[in-house]
Amino acid sequence: MSTAIAQKRSFAAVLWDYLTTVDHKKIGKLYLYGGGFFFLLGGLEALFIRIQLIKPENDFISAGLYNEMITMHGTTMIFFAAMPLLLGLMNAIMPLQIGARDVAFPFVNALGFWLFLFGGIMLNVSWITGAPDAGWTAYTPLSTSSPGHGVDYYVLGLQISGAGTLMGGINFLVTIVNMRAPGMTYMRMPLFSWTTFVISVLILFAFPALTVGLFLLMFDRMFGSAFFDVALGGNSIIWQHLFWIFGHPEVYILILPAFGIFSEIFATFAKKRLFGYTAMVFATILIAFLGFMVWAHHMFTVGMGPVTNSIFAIATMAIAVPTGIKIFNWLLTLWGGNITINSAMLWSLAFIPSFTIGGMTGVMVATSVADYQYHDSYFVVAHFHYVIVGGVVFGILAALHYWWPIMFRRILNEKLGKLAFWTFFIGFHLTFFIQHFLGLMGMPRRYWVFLEHQGLDMGNFISTIGAFFMTFGVLVFLYNAIYSWLKEEPAPQDPWDGRTLEWAVAQPVPHYNFKQLPLVRGLDALWIEKMEGNGKMTPAEPVGDIHMPNGSILPFIMSLGFFIAGFGFIYQTDTDFAYILLFGGMAIALICMLIRSLKDDHGYHITKEELEKEAD
Amino acid sequence: MSHDHSLNPETMPHNPEKATLEGKNKFLGLWFFLGGETVLFASLFGTYLALKNSTADGPTSEELFGLELVFLMTMLLLTSSLTSVYAMYHMKNNDFKKMQLWLGITGLLGIAFLGCEIYEFYHYIHEYGFTFRSSAFGSAFYTLVGFHGGHVLFGLCWLSAIMIRNAKRGLNLYNAPKFNTFSLYWHFIDVVWVFIFTVVYLMGKVG
Amino acid sequence: MKGWMGKFKVLSLLGLVAVFLSACGKENLTALDPKGYGAEKSFDLIILPTVIMSVVLLIVMVIFTLALIKFRKKKGREDFIPKQVEGNQTLETVWTIIPILLLIVIAVPTVIYTFDLADEADASNSLNVEVTGNQYWWHFNYEGQEIQTSQDLYIPVGEKVYLNMISSDVIHSLWVPSLSGKLDVNPENENTLYIQAYEEGVYWGKCAELCGPSHSLMDFKVVVVSKEEFDQWVADMQNFDPEAEPESDLAVQGRELFEENNCIGCHAIGSSPVAIGPNLTNFGDRSKLAGTEEMSKENIVKWLLDPEKMKPGNKMTNAYPKLNEEEASLIAEYLLQLSPSEITPEAAGN
Repeated sequence: MSTAIAQKRSFAAVLWDYLTTVDHKKIGKLYLYGGGFFFLLGGLEALFIRIQLIKPENDFISAGLYNEMITMHGTTMIFFAAMPLLLGLMNAIMPLQIGARDVAFPFVNALGFWLFLFGGIMLNVSWITGAPDAGWTAYTPLSTSSPGHGVDYYVLGLQISGAGTLMGGINFLVTIVNMRAPGMTYMRMPLFSWTTFVISVLILFAFPALTVGLFLLMFDRMFGSAFFDVALGGNSIIWQHLFWIFGHPEVYILILPAFGIFSEIFATFAKKRLFGYTAMVFATILIAFLGFMVWAHHMFTVGMGPVTNSIFAIATMAIAVPTGIKIFNWLLTLWGGNITINSAMLWSLAFIPSFTIGGMTGVMVATSVADYQYHDSYFVVAHFHYVIVGGVVFGILAALHYWWPIMFRRILNEKLGKLAFWTFFIGFHLTFFIQHFLGLMGMPRRYWVFLEHQGLDMGNFISTIGAFFMTFGVLVFLYNAIYSWLKEEPAPQDPWDGRTLEWAVAQPVPHYNFKQLPLVRGLDALWIEKMEGNGKMTPAEPVGDIHMPNGSILPFIMSLGFFIAGFGFIYQTDTDFAYILLFGGMAIALICMLIRSLKDDHGYHITKEELEKEAD
Repeated sequence: MSHDHSLNPETMPHNPEKATLEGKNKFLGLWFFLGGETVLFASLFGTYLALKNSTADGPTSEELFGLELVFLMTMLLLTSSLTSVYAMYHMKNNDFKKMQLWLGITGLLGIAFLGCEIYEFYHYIHEYGFTFRSSAFGSAFYTLVGFHGGHVLFGLCWLSAIMIRNAKRGLNLYNAPKFNTFSLYWHFIDVVWVFIFTVVYLMGKVG
Repeated sequence: MKGWMGKFKVLSLLGLVAVFLSACGKENLTALDPKGYGAEKSFDLIILPTVIMSVVLLIVMVIFTLALIKFRKKKGREDFIPKQVEGNQTLETVWTIIPILLLIVIAVPTVIYTFDLADEADASNSLNVEVTGNQYWWHFNYEGQEIQTSQDLYIPVGEKVYLNMISSDVIHSLWVPSLSGKLDVNPENENTLYIQAYEEGVYWGKCAELCGPSHSLMDFKVVVVSKEEFDQWVADMQNFDPEAEPESDLAVQGRELFEENNCIGCHAIGSSPVAIGPNLTNFGDRSKLAGTEEMSKENIVKWLLDPEKMKPGNKMTNAYPKLNEEEASLIAEYLLQLSPSEITPEAAGN
């Protein structure tokens, strides 16, 4: 379907199309829109936090509201901004990279998205009656004793979206195992697909721990159980273990795809094969593996004893080795290349120093005895913003610039791109570099106010100024997105002289991706063909019928059912009326599942004739 | 490529559940899902082990548990796993009637198991006043065993749905993966129960 | 190239600001100027990895900068296709081995210090203080000394003092950056931290685990005094007679109000173990009111009229009969003269 026809379609038709779509490219876009929206919300919350801390003993927002801000900022950014933005990129790009026509479970893919979206909405509805205020880590018993329904919204919002993420993970795993194009062996897979694969494993094994933790918290808050109730023999440390058994791999779920993105971009713009591809793959796997053994380094000050602390300190330091390997491999990819610096590359290059600082402080906080000082201070705030903003956010922005032509058929404006980059980059370092010192100078994190005459004024002021720079950068990027859509020409198929399969796909990408599945002959499949003078992929099969899945509104309704049931769970503690919502919502969801299970859905076929006609 | 999924003995492939890409995907997807479920139950077991002595002066595991009933439950569930193997054996032989029969027996055994479990919980609550809210031990016990029971219940609903849906139309390449994934799921539940039997009941009675 | 130069300018500027600020950290709060055993050990392990990692960072930055300068696309070379290098085993081995060695250099002292700081062998012959964390104040019970107090922790200089900590509600974390790293104060199990101060003075203590709206106002002080002064303080506290008649008439009236309104139901004066609210025995000696506010009659009146305003979410709001300004002022009068000892934070701070 050409864009001309698409543009003529009514708004309602487009809406219906997106509500029922099971196409990974559209779902990818939905994730980007949803994640982008929550990113702006989380950014706004961050701005409120920084304004509150612009001067000592400020009263811009109240103490209670401040705690709601920090909780919502953290929760939103991790679960509803960074995760979905990455999942969106994976959805949009990974199947193209491995030469698949779709993902393994298109229906489940759509369901995953809608669960994420409704989970995010659920969490933010809490603003009406009071948002969660126990921190994004929701440590018990503060979270179990937090009054009102804020933490209930947190629990249900994360539970719903978490289920969606888990489905997404399984979907990607099966896709990569079963649906790679002919010749696309594991060791020929682009790094971004590799990291998608690895983080899907992490999602699979990490999220259930959070699910259990959230269930326990939910039972304690809503059904009177005693997991964290010390008076009845409960133990609040269990939550910390469950949370971090999930939470630490979660950090790698965020950063590894960014590593994948940078690997693609460096290779493309240095015009050079990724240095040490095999080492990069194994480093990724090693980081993921070690990522499961280090959760208790978030708990050095809990009082676990010197043996536990030492073991987790050493295990954590070990992660620096594969990470270091990656940094040097990227440097050596650049070395000897023919480097083009554009916006996508700027974000990627800026990642190297920023993330190296984050990694450096990572080793520092792994040093348990020193962590007794760093822990829960602004030093830690600085550290994880260096890795998450300097790694993940830079990665997402680099990826958006890089893959924008595939996803939105435009090349983002370079001037605006550079303006956004420099303001954001400078703002980022202004905001967070100083925070290392604030922490060491005795400023704990999550402080609503800091006092006068404690030497903390200047640092906090600089930090807040930086936050304004970052805000400006984000706004410029947004403007760029709209500007490019309206003013720029449609992008060519392969604007960056790409190396991997996604650049071999026709533009606009047909909904079946590949008319004929390509034959992959090595790493950087497209580059090989270019070097041998073919310029395009050799098909691995004759033109034939293509089997496609049907769209469905069920994922949307099913998620809506869980969403409604969520309110039932939250308010059944107040009124029995809420049971109507609880059972009603569950019934909607279960009926959808039943329909899905009982109603045959064989999909449809695009015939050979149609394909040949479309090609003209 | 044939668009017709119905089977007869001549077109019957060796592994009907994995003959299509969708079938292969379902099979692998369920394996991954069970990997996630393993972590879920591992977390619940961990929580239970941390709290099993936190009885807050309420009844302890030694006082509560009776091994006779639990042994019976174990036998019921183990047998149901075996019968589902028979069902899959008949599926591969394209003997739909026998497959349905063995799946039916599997379901009945599952119901019997669930009945015992409900009786067990009822017994604890009414004889000992031991509830979900009594102590951290109570919360952990009912959550772990209840999650398993919930999985059994879900499995039974799933089983009846696919059995009734496909009763009249027999086996084909479209529904064979559904039966197969169910069977895999059912084995997993069985394995989890073996752990519950050991860790919760045996260790609770003896240790 | 211009862009990159700009970036380095920014970075170096940041560095300068940082150095400037670190020098300025408040000396009784900052972790960068350790005044106690734990803080000193932590500081050693702050410096060592910082130095090592800075060298790594420098190497990365040098290679990075050189690569960008040397291999950026140049005129006349637009279409140059570089050699597609797969890797280099020697190089890759080198940058695997060297980091491992560097990490061993960091890991060994880390383990040694971790065990060192956890060594509680001499706990039984040392001063032990039972610490209870509460939303949002600290209670100190000097074990075997019949001394109960809140907010200001008096300890003798140079001696190991063991803090046996438990929380009455949510998790807190006790942190005196100048003296020692932090340790969580959990509701279910006692955690032990020892502090050993090298110099006399008043050190700021903070709660480092989010514990509710007034988390940031849960400050306390560690008052480090000489051994003689400490003994004097102990004697003064022990000899304090809560029944003794206050000197001024206003204070006598204040005391009556204090009793009438049953303040004593939560706040003990003397060595009673009641600790629903802070113990007030040496209230008049405190350095700060409610952890962070200046100790003055005016502020006490403000607190008594509306504690919520000073410490959102505190447990005192609405837990006592409404007072008018005059009553509050009389009670303040009484509280301010509760001063059993000459050894005060003010004296120790000078």
